[in-house]
Amino acid sequence: MTQFLIRRILVSIVVIWAVATLVFFMLRIVPGDPIGAMLSDVDPAAAEALRAKLGLDQPAYVQYFRWMLNTLRGDLGNSIYGNNQPVNQIIAEALPRTLSLSFLAMIIALVISFTAGIVSAMKKGTWLDHIVTFIAILGLSMPNFWLGIMLIIIFAVNLHWLPAIGYSPLSDGFWPWFSHLILPAIAVGAPFAAIIARMIRSAMLEVSREDYIRTARSKGLSARSVIFTHTLRNALIPVITVMGIAFALLMTGAVVVENVFAIKGLGRVMIQSILNRDYPVVQGAILIVSLVFVATNLLVDILYTVVDPRIRY
Amino acid sequence: MSDMAETAAELGQLDRGYEPARPRSRWLWVRAFWQRKPAVLATIVLLVILIAAIFAPQIAPYDPNAQDYEFLEAPSLRHPLGTDDLGRDLFSRIVYGARISLFVGVSTVVLAMIIGVVLGLLAGYYGGWIDTIITAYVDLQWAFPNFIIAVYLVAVFGTGLTNVIIAVMLAYIDDFSRVVRGMVFSIREQQFVLASRAAGAGDARIILRHILPNSLAPIIVQATVGVSSAILAEATLSFLGLGVKPTTPTWGLILSDARTFFSRGWWLALFPGMAITVTVLSINFLGDALRDIFDVREYD
Repeated sequence: MTQFLIRRILVSIVVIWAVATLVFFMLRIVPGDPIGAMLSDVDPAAAEALRAKLGLDQPAYVQYFRWMLNTLRGDLGNSIYGNNQPVNQIIAEALPRTLSLSFLAMIIALVISFTAGIVSAMKKGTWLDHIVTFIAILGLSMPNFWLGIMLIIIFAVNLHWLPAIGYSPLSDGFWPWFSHLILPAIAVGAPFAAIIARMIRSAMLEVSREDYIRTARSKGLSARSVIFTHTLRNALIPVITVMGIAFALLMTGAVVVENVFAIKGLGRVMIQSILNRDYPVVQGAILIVSLVFVATNLLVDILYTVVDPRIRY
Repeated sequence: MSDMAETAAELGQLDRGYEPARPRSRWLWVRAFWQRKPAVLATIVLLVILIAAIFAPQIAPYDPNAQDYEFLEAPSLRHPLGTDDLGRDLFSRIVYGARISLFVGVSTVVLAMIIGVVLGLLAGYYGGWIDTIITAYVDLQWAFPNFIIAVYLVAVFGTGLTNVIIAVMLAYIDDFSRVVRGMVFSIREQQFVLASRAAGAGDARIILRHILPNSLAPIIVQATVGVSSAILAEATLSFLGLGVKPTTPTWGLILSDARTFFSRGWWLALFPGMAITVTVLSINFLGDALRDIFDVREYD
């Protein structure tokens, strides 16, 4: 187990290094740089001076080693726009928003999907089951940004129940935080809920055909006990195998939906910096987003062994 | 999952290793498909969308970029789905949008499939250092969702239709090569392949006559699912401003353009989103049916 963990962590580090390096060099191979777009036509001399100041006049490999060293020291550089805000600071502000959003989305999605999955497994073949199945496929087919827009139109623009956009930190009170995040969290959580609900349904149906379930039932246990302690618990194992994919969907959703609700999280920072060709921020955002993904994969792998003691690496 | 078992039993495949596909079961496949009404309905819907895309100039009542003085008009007989802030006919824009969505969705996945299948065959069949290199690359991509890979690539290549197609195409390669590599491993040592080799068949013959036909089912299922997710990816990229150039009528961009006017025109939000959802939903129903019929296990 320890050996597996060490190997897995090493692989994760290599993956992140490879992504950061590939992105770094590809950004420099592709023609067109932000300074050129900003200044070259207006004032070539100023453009050269700015390049020298930012170290962009150096050969790519020099820039690379400098960037790598700084990154290892925990310094991701500065934005090339505005007041040259440090990338660290931008990300430190953005990360809690993205994590808040993902966390809330996950809670909502888990509650919905467990209820829906268990109900539709128990009522297999009825109209209720068909409706749940249809909604689940719908949840996977709807673009999350569109779901977000529709939620804004219904609950913010027409009903005035909730704020349409923006973010309020948890330190300013629970309700402002919650009311800003609930709509984006539903938009982000929908595909996650859909996957888990379908998975719980089929896993519960599979487990309910096992001998030990028949044994449990024949020795007179209540239906409730059979469903929750025997069936559901064993049905969780295959569900956790899709957790990795579901988590990935959740994070991807957050990256997109933040842009609909104008929440300055990691996703919005990343997309805005790509649109502005603000390289230091692009690199920093990609690094952190990659880190989040790789760390989640690692966590899910470890979770397998906790839930299913039969799995030993 | 239970009706899946019935179909499989009907096809006599329940205790299969991977037997060579034979035409004997072809009509059974058609019948199994016909019994799945959601999938049949989905196919009809997709055909309608395809026809709309092909005959867009004949079907759309207006030029998709023609501006009129009727700004932000609610749906009416003149403009069945209303107009946008520049007075452009929403129905015409959505019909033309189908062209880009379907083109991007299908072309990226077909290209990714070709490259991915070749990589998967090479890795699975030859093994050794070829396998090591290909698998390292594929595993690198596998660590991230396809959409995130596409965003990274657009960050590098820049926006625009061609770049989006390249980015999405590259992002989907790993799905195919993983499936194919796994299939090759399970088929390579089967009796009929060994027999064929003993009879003197070369690599090319074994790959083309035995391995590829028997990997076809999971490839088709993967491609179907891929198209729906590639359509979503293009719509999302365009919505975020990372996709096609402005004024191009695509579903994602129509939604993005209309963002500031949603409170004054619900139709601008509703219809383009419905176009995306109905298309993706239909493809997903089709993919589910194919998965059941071909008895392809969802891999983890």
